[in-house]
Amino acid sequence: MTEQSPLLTVRDLKVWFDVKRPGAMPWTPVDKLKAVDGVSFDLKPGETLGIVGESGCGKSTLARAVMRMVPTEAGQALWLGQDLLEMSKREMRAHRKEMQMIFQDPLASLDPRMTIGQIVAEPLKTHFPGLSTPEVKDHVREVLDRVGILPNMINRYPHEFSGGQCQRIGIARALIVKPRLIICDEPVSALDVSIQAQVINLLMELQEELGLSLIFIAHDLSVVKHISDRVMVLYLGNVAEISEASQLYRSPGHPYTEALISAVPIPDPQAEREKEVMLLDRDLPSPLNPPSGCVFRTRCPIAEERCGQSRPPLKDLGKGQQVACHLR
Amino acid sequence: MTDKLVQPFSQKRTAELAENLSAGGEVKGRSLWADARRRFVANRAAMASVVVLVLIFAFSLFGDHVTQFDNETIDWDVMGSVKELGAPSLTNGHWFGFDESGRDLYARVVQGSRISLSVGLVGAFIAVMVGTLYGSVAGFVGGRVDGVMMRLVDIFMSIPYMFVLILLLVVFGRSISMLFVGIGLTAWLDMSRIVRGQTLSLKNREFVEAAVAIGVPTHRIILRHIVPNLLGVVVVYATLLVPQMILTESFISFLGLGVQEPDTSWGALISEGVKSMNYGTLWQLAFPLCFFVITIFCFFFIGDGLRDALDPKDR
Repeated sequence: MTEQSPLLTVRDLKVWFDVKRPGAMPWTPVDKLKAVDGVSFDLKPGETLGIVGESGCGKSTLARAVMRMVPTEAGQALWLGQDLLEMSKREMRAHRKEMQMIFQDPLASLDPRMTIGQIVAEPLKTHFPGLSTPEVKDHVREVLDRVGILPNMINRYPHEFSGGQCQRIGIARALIVKPRLIICDEPVSALDVSIQAQVINLLMELQEELGLSLIFIAHDLSVVKHISDRVMVLYLGNVAEISEASQLYRSPGHPYTEALISAVPIPDPQAEREKEVMLLDRDLPSPLNPPSGCVFRTRCPIAEERCGQSRPPLKDLGKGQQVACHLR
Repeated sequence: MTDKLVQPFSQKRTAELAENLSAGGEVKGRSLWADARRRFVANRAAMASVVVLVLIFAFSLFGDHVTQFDNETIDWDVMGSVKELGAPSLTNGHWFGFDESGRDLYARVVQGSRISLSVGLVGAFIAVMVGTLYGSVAGFVGGRVDGVMMRLVDIFMSIPYMFVLILLLVVFGRSISMLFVGIGLTAWLDMSRIVRGQTLSLKNREFVEAAVAIGVPTHRIILRHIVPNLLGVVVVYATLLVPQMILTESFISFLGLGVQEPDTSWGALISEGVKSMNYGTLWQLAFPLCFFVITIFCFFFIGDGLRDALDPKDR
């Protein structure tokens, strides 16, 4: 595989939220919630990067930070060499047509007061205000047809569609400006399993056809395995592991990845019963006060003393696998 | 059997639909507004109130064309002995009788309705426009802007508004325009608070996030996504605001500070009616009071109906 220059390069991205302690005075310093704490990755054109992790590990926050929807504390997000986080609002607006987003709740992400024609046309009208109404309509029909919604439905309202259809409309809205990157924030977790497959296959077809890059956020490892070229495992705002999808599932590098993979249900009752799940002790620590050193050490089955002393850097294990663990 | 029963109906519909689809025609959707309208029309009390209210509006607009008397001419014969000669009568054309100064009460009530209703509508309109924009901007922009804007509202609200209104009327003279200004100044405060609260909850909905991600400019998000979704609450509140405005105006006029002679309003007419109650000319109180009470009831019923129709819990 030839090395292509990455489409998106994220370096040491930090998103910290200010959290006021209950009953705090205005002048007391606020607590910092480290939602994303130093994440780096590259995304090549046409590639799918899956992001997995349990709730609250910063998956969605990471995506929103790249889209500049939440303020960032530090770090860079380079889009073809230009830092998105440094851009003025106007420059950023121009770049937004290159990257679009698909949301978790298909119905909630569509404005209930607008027809789907208006919803799908909105990005086009925002980024190409010069287009005439018939031109916009043609584009909308074309893209709706592409995602499998009958174009004569454009005067209907979102509540008249099913969840899967709404998600297709969401995809149509993302596609209409011909973006190069689509960030999918748990696009299928609100859908039935059969619909999930349809939506994922649609996304994969579109990716092949249009050469899209995808960032695919999910907490369902089997879905991520199906769609991703590479997978990034997040834990408490830190990268635990980034590796080629097949490699990650064959031989997980990080103990946390191991635990996650062992918990994936197998669709065979016999095998499921006999499977050994690697249970983790204790709860997820609070991101307000993360453990020193390796953030995973409080729940890690193989933690040693040095894990508490320094934060493990991402180590290259070969075969496209990078792991943040002192012991691997 | 059921097939047979529904067939004549469904066949036609299906044929229509099929033709529509084959011709590439667009299927019309049913918006949330259409749904709400259907529920509203099904509400009998609200629909009856709409009818009555329309009649009252028609009365205030065209009522003066029906009678031969105007609201200025004083009947000198009646003036001194209103109780004996001025009672409502169908034969002499003075349907509502005379007021204390010998003028035709019907014409006076028409005149008063016009002013009362316009005060109510204009006041509510100003309150809705200012309050909606102010509240949605404060709620959507958030942070320090929100803090400053809402503290300002808090400060305005902490001033007793009746006091301010009376002061305004005393200092700048009693006129209708001053009354509009005075009522408009205070009425938007509640509105802006309600709208801000709604905006805060809308702001975190995914479709607004989606608009941000698309790159839609802030003012367009507020106007195209936030405001239309607020409108349900705003409309309900506005219908309750109209009677409140009418009440305020009537109260001020009742005190003698509002509308001045020769203009009049329901409040002013009621006030006059109350003054002459002891002389046995009860119709002077009864007619304006009837219009006043019926109108306010109608608005309340319509407000209730709208709230039921627009309530998201029903969806």
